[in-house]
Amino acid sequence: MNFLIEAFQFIFDPANWGGSGGIGVRLVEHLWVSLLVVVIAAAIAIPVGFLIGHTGTGKSIAVIGSGGVRALPTLGLVTVIALSVGIGLTAPIIALVVLAIPSILAGAYSGFEAIDRRTIDAARAVGRTEWQIVTAVELPLGLPLLMGGLRSASLQVISTATLAAYVGGGGLGGFLFTGLRTNDYPQMLAGSILVIALALLSEGFFAILERVTVPAGVRAGLPTSVRARPSRSRATAA
Amino acid sequence: MFTAHKGRLAIGAVAVGAVLALSGCSSSNPVDPGTSSGGGSETTLVVGSQAYYSNEIVAEIYSQALEAGGYTVDRQFQIGQREIYLPEIESGAIDVFPEYIGSLLQALDSTATGGTEDEVYTALQAAVPDGVSVLTPSAASDQNSWTVTKAFAEKYNLTDIASLANVTEPINVGGNSELETRPYGPSTLKSKYGITTAGFTAVEDSGGPLTVKALVDGDIQLANIYTADPNIASNDLVALTDPDGLFLPDNIAAVVSAKVDSGAQEILNNVDAALTQEDFVGLNAESVNDQKSSAVIATEWLKANNFD
Repeated sequence: MNFLIEAFQFIFDPANWGGSGGIGVRLVEHLWVSLLVVVIAAAIAIPVGFLIGHTGTGKSIAVIGSGGVRALPTLGLVTVIALSVGIGLTAPIIALVVLAIPSILAGAYSGFEAIDRRTIDAARAVGRTEWQIVTAVELPLGLPLLMGGLRSASLQVISTATLAAYVGGGGLGGFLFTGLRTNDYPQMLAGSILVIALALLSEGFFAILERVTVPAGVRAGLPTSVRARPSRSRATAA
Repeated sequence: MFTAHKGRLAIGAVAVGAVLALSGCSSSNPVDPGTSSGGGSETTLVVGSQAYYSNEIVAEIYSQALEAGGYTVDRQFQIGQREIYLPEIESGAIDVFPEYIGSLLQALDSTATGGTEDEVYTALQAAVPDGVSVLTPSAASDQNSWTVTKAFAEKYNLTDIASLANVTEPINVGGNSELETRPYGPSTLKSKYGITTAGFTAVEDSGGPLTVKALVDGDIQLANIYTADPNIASNDLVALTDPDGLFLPDNIAAVVSAKVDSGAQEILNNVDAALTQEDFVGLNAESVNDQKSSAVIATEWLKANNFD
């Protein structure tokens, strides 16, 4: 309990906020790395996921591939990449993009897959082109699952971006490494609390984003609202 | 119904996870005293090592030398930090541990300042807890250093740490993040020698390959690398000499519990007496460059030095 109080004292001590290794700078570094990684990973995974979801081919490769990638230990990957490209942000960004892709990819293609095939067939029957089907039918209907993928990828990236500090990439991980080596556990805990705070902020951000971006018609049709209703009318059974 | 089932599944998953995590804790304790309370007619000596390959090589040499001397050895290698294993030596759960005299002294007495090898060893003998003793230090040492590339050293005619004042370009310092606040860190370079450093880049592998690469790439100009690191020779690096004793001498010495009798102490002292600095860097190189296991490296060294 004492550690927790000391950790909050560390966070709220203005002396710890300034300077190149201060909380302010590291918080910004951490957010910047995370944002960059999610944007890059999304730019790669969303088009590929949509292609897989729309055409229905290559899914098994994506499942096996992303399953394998998920098993890669990120610290090892960061170190191996840093040994060839040098210290700095490049290595953690590449390793974190690899970490983030599977969740986003899964969200993108499973969003398309979950759509009732009859809806897509109907769109095709009324003369929509393939491109129109993707943009006007599959994209909005698949958006909730894609958002879920982005949300979990962001969470993973924010928590794992602590490893950037291992190779001179900055970020909140610095507090963890310094705290561990100097037995300054309140500092370690303070670093962890800040990472948790960022993760919660990201969760909140995506919760709002989901509300804003998912069309009202799609939300009305989500399984959660279906479950709330009785599936069969009692009157007809009697 | 469906959601309730899912809820139960989730609780089950959490429970299984918790059980796995807890059992992981109980079985992986590397300093479990239960394994060392053998006693009986023949003494089992528990030899420990840090989670540092070079330290493990020395621990393995100690182990094999003790085994050759008729002792039974229980190896508990790769134990993390000094704060964890020191109490275990005190309590008798670990009997033999390769240590570095300067770093150990600083860990036991944070007010300890620099000094010669003899001064540090004398201070250390007074500082260790009752029931623990430090045997005679070896000539081999593995201490902190300020290291630069050979090209950088030649450009500015660098030999010792004070000569860093010759450097006219910005010096970016790299190393573990705690280096920034260590008594030999950048602030001391400034106050003691008037050397201004431009910035600090934290690379957290304790002077390992990433730090070496950053130095060679020119991302940093000054790094903290251990003097017994074979990378210094293989990457054309120069460890600046330290005539003023900025760094504590970190000669290797065996830290032993009361269970280690005079016969075993003699074996360990003989090993440390035979281990030269050149040998020691060579042993590390066999691990780093040739990827040999510590057991093989130890056997070969003991054979070459007639301990078998």
